[in-house]
Amino acid sequence: MKDTFVSFMVGLLFGLGLLLSGMANPEKVLGFLDLAGAWDPSLALVMTGAVAVGLVAFTIAGRWRYSMLGNEMKLPSNREIDKRLVIGSLTFGAGWGMAGFCPGPALVASGAGETKAVVFVAAMIAGMAAFEFIERARKRA
Amino acid sequence: MINVDWQAFTPWSALGGGALIGLAAAGFVLLSGRIAGISGILGGLLSGPKSDQSWRIAFLVGMVISPLISWALFRLPAIEINAGLPTIVIAGFLVGVGTRYGSGCTSGHGVCGLSRLSPRSLVATITFMVAGFVTVYLIRHGLGD
Repeated sequence: MKDTFVSFMVGLLFGLGLLLSGMANPEKVLGFLDLAGAWDPSLALVMTGAVAVGLVAFTIAGRWRYSMLGNEMKLPSNREIDKRLVIGSLTFGAGWGMAGFCPGPALVASGAGETKAVVFVAAMIAGMAAFEFIERARKRA
Repeated sequence: MINVDWQAFTPWSALGGGALIGLAAAGFVLLSGRIAGISGILGGLLSGPKSDQSWRIAFLVGMVISPLISWALFRLPAIEINAGLPTIVIAGFLVGVGTRYGSGCTSGHGVCGLSRLSPRSLVATITFMVAGFVTVYLIRHGLGD
């Protein structure tokens, strides 16, 4: 129960951060990605602000076995830099550049009632389902 | 040469909003022991165990209602989506597949991974940033003009 409530509050705070920073607005994100146009550096400062706070928290969390709510720490253990990581990230980056949406901002903008954001989220879930389908088929083969 | 758009640049709200995002990621890892990676939280609904579903859904509901809270407390910032519907559909699909194969997006690799000083996340972040730069260049400057 506490776990669910914390997740809800974190999701809410994350969304508010995206809204305040302007990152829920794809036009602003594209303003950063458009190096050859009129360049808006804001996204770099969003990352700076987030990582500055994150560094402190993850340095502490890295030494723990259990979280404050008593969960086992679920930090990624995969350290391999492989083709999947690179090709996946290239694919993601291409989609990001096409619309200016990554997953978080798309969810927030759909909550703001933007129809195109809702369509984006539906297509994104379809993409994730395609991944599941392909990976399951591959494991069976 | 890079030509900075000083009119569009919003350093204080960017830093402040970024700090809020960092605070959310910090609270999540310290309290729940989890990574605030949006693509993983959403994608895990399709593959993860049933027992994980309630916290995943709660997180996503919090994100989706954040504009309502923002609107009630302050105001709702502008959201401008200029891409056409076919582009939106293709882009959404690519983001869905790509983030699952790449095991993360701007939040999981970008914010959390860089905060953890993970070399894997650094490679992922540089890769999707470069892909984003190139894609926008091709769309806005490379094709048609």
